[in-house]
Amino acid sequence: MPGVVRRLPEHLTIWVPLLLSAAHLVSFSLWTIWISFTPSTLVPVSGWVGLRNYTAVMATRNWKIAFDNLLLFGSAFVLLSLVAGLVLAILLDQRIRGENALRSIFLYPLAVSFVVTGTVWSWLLNPGLGIQKLVQDLGWTSFRFDWLVDRDMAIWTIVIAAIWQSSGFAMALFLAGLRSVDADLVKAAQIDGAGPIRMYRRVILPTLWPITITVIVIQLQFAISTFDLVRALTNGGPGLATQLPALVVYDLMFQRGLLGRGAAAAVLMLLILLAVLLPYAAWRYLQRRRASHA
Amino acid sequence: MAALSIRTLSKRYANLEVLKGINLDIESGEFTVLVGPSGCGKSTLLNIVAGLDRPSAGTIEIGGRVVNDVEPKDRDIAMVFQSYALYPSMTVRQNITFGMECRHVPKAEQEAALANVARLLQIEPLLGRKPSQLSGGQRQRVAMGRALVRDPLLFLFDEPLSNLDAKLRVEMRMEIKRLHQRIGATIVYVTHDQIEAMTMATRIAVMHHGEVQQFADPDTVYRYPANLFVARFMGSPPMNTMKARLEAEDGGPVVVIGAGRPDEARLRLQGYDAAASFVGRDIVVGIRPECIAEGNRGFSGACGAPVVVNAPVEMVEPTGAETIVLLRLGGESALARIAPDIRPVPGERAAFALDTRRICLFDPETERLIA
Repeated sequence: MPGVVRRLPEHLTIWVPLLLSAAHLVSFSLWTIWISFTPSTLVPVSGWVGLRNYTAVMATRNWKIAFDNLLLFGSAFVLLSLVAGLVLAILLDQRIRGENALRSIFLYPLAVSFVVTGTVWSWLLNPGLGIQKLVQDLGWTSFRFDWLVDRDMAIWTIVIAAIWQSSGFAMALFLAGLRSVDADLVKAAQIDGAGPIRMYRRVILPTLWPITITVIVIQLQFAISTFDLVRALTNGGPGLATQLPALVVYDLMFQRGLLGRGAAAAVLMLLILLAVLLPYAAWRYLQRRRASHA
Repeated sequence: MAALSIRTLSKRYANLEVLKGINLDIESGEFTVLVGPSGCGKSTLLNIVAGLDRPSAGTIEIGGRVVNDVEPKDRDIAMVFQSYALYPSMTVRQNITFGMECRHVPKAEQEAALANVARLLQIEPLLGRKPSQLSGGQRQRVAMGRALVRDPLLFLFDEPLSNLDAKLRVEMRMEIKRLHQRIGATIVYVTHDQIEAMTMATRIAVMHHGEVQQFADPDTVYRYPANLFVARFMGSPPMNTMKARLEAEDGGPVVVIGAGRPDEARLRLQGYDAAASFVGRDIVVGIRPECIAEGNRGFSGACGAPVVVNAPVEMVEPTGAETIVLLRLGGESALARIAPDIRPVPGERAAFALDTRRICLFDPETERLIA
């Protein structure tokens, strides 16, 4: 017991915030789940409507478009930011000059809030204001880059902005992975006569797959909960072209005053998130068990 | 033919000179061990020979060809690493054939070479496994297989046994030596373990401070260490080195340890003509622990009665195979290896026989061997 008393400050710093935030997280999650089964509209009311809110939300065109957009945005964003991060990391790993400066530059967008990223890119991608205007003013008058207002392409502007924001993060993780590759492994491959491509493909990259999975999971849960970026960049438009689940929740809860349906949409988002996180947790558990057995 | 010639090789990192003018000629078929304490430059030297690091000056010839500007893969070498450096994502089979795959060796040839090496090292049942499914000794074997399959001019071993436990290390030591005898390969082997050097090498290069202190066969290195560093580094327990004076008596040299003290030890030497110029001067005398034994021991080949001294015993360490005794010789402490069943009592005096034929004399200033 004296140990606990002596380390009381440490225990307090850890447990008080942890319990408070856990209580918030759990109590509000439970509250949202409860609301999603009630007929609440503008204000929370008790009552039981079963899965009616869920079926209603899932039947709307709004939700269907948001879900399809999430699938497209999620997979494109995760895949492309993975590739961009890996390429940046490999290029930075060539012991180049100014590595520290470049690393900071690539990592810096992560420090910017999504609202800022969305706003800046909404200017850059605005045909009358940004890149299209610049290139046209330089003399290429027929140049068109109006994805932001194009129904079919608008979702890709979000992909671009999200990649800009977070590929530096993937790069940092991959770079750490590349730096932790056993130097002897590289030497052995050099003596075996592996060229740079074969070296990366057969020897170095296979050691990176645990990092790859971590990056995928982190980026996916970011993609699923994307809200502020879209809100600032396109606000779901043009029309419903860039609608995402988080926007639907916001719309239902605070624009239309349908708390019950909004809560149901939020719970659906939570389920999508769990569909990503649970397999990851299971995988981590298996990894750890195998490691402790070896 | 010299399989490996190193000429005036030096390496510096900024202000740190890690190799200072190394010269080595290694004959084909030799098992050369580079041995020295950590930081002596032995691993850097091996990396430069492999082409993984560049020398600051000097040349390296492998099989008569200057390879300074030749890529590691074209030097006709194979290397075994301390960490084994097996490719973790490949099976044992792929690990062994990866080099041939890179050199575009036809599949049939790869299979034949793989089968050969797998049989030689008895790793056939392991070919389908991943490195993570192998024990330390098995990984070591696979790492050697990867080197052997290349059939190179020169094998480079970088402390390959230091990650194994003591028992396995002894087994693998014998196995590597047997392998060398069987295939007659030229091997350069880096280790910090002087026992590995003594037991495996046909020639030992003792390195210290970026210089080769002595390059000779194990017996010579042990019997005639070129300087005090080599004397103290090789052998376990190491050679006793004590300050002494060299005097002349009846025309022969006498080593006096603790001169002037009541308990001074006078050791009469036979021969040692090279030491004549040191008579009347301070020297450092080196005596191997096994040259100090219990008082009634007769050393093989010795003519006449052995030199016997009476000395105080400070400590006794029975190891089972022998008894190590810490004693005082003319006030200087010295270790002796005596028969296992004899246990002198600490604090009392005991008689010790000395094999004076194998005493080494060093110049205290240059620390070089006099005789």
